[in-house]
Amino acid sequence: MAVARRGVHRTRWIRLQVFRYAAFLFAAIFFLVPIGAMLEFSTRSNSGARTLEYWKSIVTFPDLIGTVGAPGQATGIVASLELALITSVVMLVLLVPTMVWVRLKLKRLNRIVEFICLLPLTIPAIVLVVGLFPMYIWLGSNFSDSILTLALAYVVLVLPYCYRTLDSGLGAIDVKTLSEAARSLGARWEQVMWRVIAPNISNAILNATLLSVALVLGEYTIANNLLYNNLQVELVHLGRTNAGVSIAVAVASLLFAFVLLIAISFVGGRPRRARPEAATKLGAGPVQGSAG
Amino acid sequence: MTERSGVEVRLENLVRRYGAVTALDGLSLTIAPGELVALLGPSGCGKTTALRLLAGLEQSDEGRVVIAGQDVTDLPVNKRNIGMVFQAYSLFPHMVAWENVAFGLQMRHIGTAERKKRALDMLELVGLGRYAERYANQMSGGQQQRVALARALAIQPQVLLLDEPLSALDAKVRARLRDEIRRVQLEVGTTTLFVTHDQEEALAIADRVGVMQSGRLEQLGPPTEVYSRPATPFVADFVGLTNRIPGEVKFGGVEVRGTQLPLVQKDFPTGPAVALVRPEAVSIAGDGNTSSGPLVGTVIAVAFLGAVSRVTVDLGDIIVLAQLPTSAASDHPAGSKVRLALRPDPVLVDRHD
Repeated sequence: MAVARRGVHRTRWIRLQVFRYAAFLFAAIFFLVPIGAMLEFSTRSNSGARTLEYWKSIVTFPDLIGTVGAPGQATGIVASLELALITSVVMLVLLVPTMVWVRLKLKRLNRIVEFICLLPLTIPAIVLVVGLFPMYIWLGSNFSDSILTLALAYVVLVLPYCYRTLDSGLGAIDVKTLSEAARSLGARWEQVMWRVIAPNISNAILNATLLSVALVLGEYTIANNLLYNNLQVELVHLGRTNAGVSIAVAVASLLFAFVLLIAISFVGGRPRRARPEAATKLGAGPVQGSAG
Repeated sequence: MTERSGVEVRLENLVRRYGAVTALDGLSLTIAPGELVALLGPSGCGKTTALRLLAGLEQSDEGRVVIAGQDVTDLPVNKRNIGMVFQAYSLFPHMVAWENVAFGLQMRHIGTAERKKRALDMLELVGLGRYAERYANQMSGGQQQRVALARALAIQPQVLLLDEPLSALDAKVRARLRDEIRRVQLEVGTTTLFVTHDQEEALAIADRVGVMQSGRLEQLGPPTEVYSRPATPFVADFVGLTNRIPGEVKFGGVEVRGTQLPLVQKDFPTGPAVALVRPEAVSIAGDGNTSSGPLVGTVIAVAFLGAVSRVTVDLGDIIVLAQLPTSAASDHPAGSKVRLALRPDPVLVDRHD
């Protein structure tokens, strides 16, 4: 009887493993085949011979890497990276304290804040551009026409994704009790945020940052229509003049984004956890027994 | 460990309204230095609101909070020097036990070595010195609340506030931690306000118990007084079990089923009333098979409670509870006829239902 049951379990386990590997393989093919094809295309010359010419010429494109126009004004990849950084920081500074405050003091506004944050999801980027255009004309003539002002639009763009991520992070902790405990121990509000809330939603903050970085690095519509040249706009321009270099840059930026996201997740995503050996002792030892 | 730090706390005519609801309706309470006062009452009676006003977590609409002679009504919570243990587990999950305890000291800019030493001392005080490096998720609920107590006391607060800290724990741990809290409070001598809806907890731990209803303090006094001489029918009903036996107020007392009992309320108007009689004031006077009368009835249940048992007797028109030594109760199994007697203690009366 027991042997038969073990056999059934084994069969199920094997089926599950087969399904897992099949799903993984399918996803891998789905992602890797286009990248492989792009890699193949970007490493072959017109004559059909293998070459790294397109890849080497990436660094020589001034619009992509380096500076053009006014001194210090970045374009292409540098601009996109700066935008990703500014957008992430502004989004976090704006969203985290607001969401915490609404949870603590203005619960009745929770639905309204949620609605406002999720609204950009329902507005196509091109419609957003139409709305933003007059504001950017005003910004350009009165304040600055730097590409970095795009961060304002990008914060709106990333709001829905980051709101959802942070909301689930805050939902996983008792914000009210933790902040009241910290306040009763003498902490000011900024200390509550920095020392108590932020460390306990570090994974949500990291995920929100990853999302905003990924969105900004891949953004084309708003930048192009507002006549700014970010990475994606430069890629399109490049593609019109030199398809090989354009594909090489696309693969490179994809790989760069992967590396960046992995790096961010390693740097910021290591919350302090219970040491496994201590946790193991808990299960067997007298700790639970001596509770009280 | 820490020097005695008790100070006087005064809540003066505190009023707190939430829209149309008045949560606190002119609460006044003075807690003597080093005293432990328990506020007891049903959900929504205003006890937690009173504690939160004292903590500074909420602002009163009227009245004053005075700690050690200083009016702190408008002082924010982080400037009040109070220690607080919450109902929900409130340890910071990203910190180990000693870091949690040291948090308040860090906010007071005390050096790392000194705050670690003091944190470890406090953990020793609550018997958790060995668990200093544990995270909250590696400790049981009772241990977490003890760390929270150590954390609240580490800052040497002027006032310690305990907001139902035992309600999430199981009965055995709760009783142990209750005694532990009292021991530690006596040791450090901090003036303490303990809020609970559990009468046993309040009566066991407090120097004085305040019973609240609808935002008002119904009675404040030592546990024995609150239990044995309740000031109002609500207190009698809420604290301990009470039989509500119809009777008649006359001749300065109340006649209950043929027995004349003295009255607590001397000015209660003559006429029908309900006497509030404790189960321990009801005894079994004898076998009911050979006698008859208004206090003769049938035992319908006997609940074993350890040294005492609670006997439920059906008198025909009402059910009465009697609390007897278990040895005496065992002579009267369910189904047997008994004759009850009422001890002539002064009783409270309520208007007839």
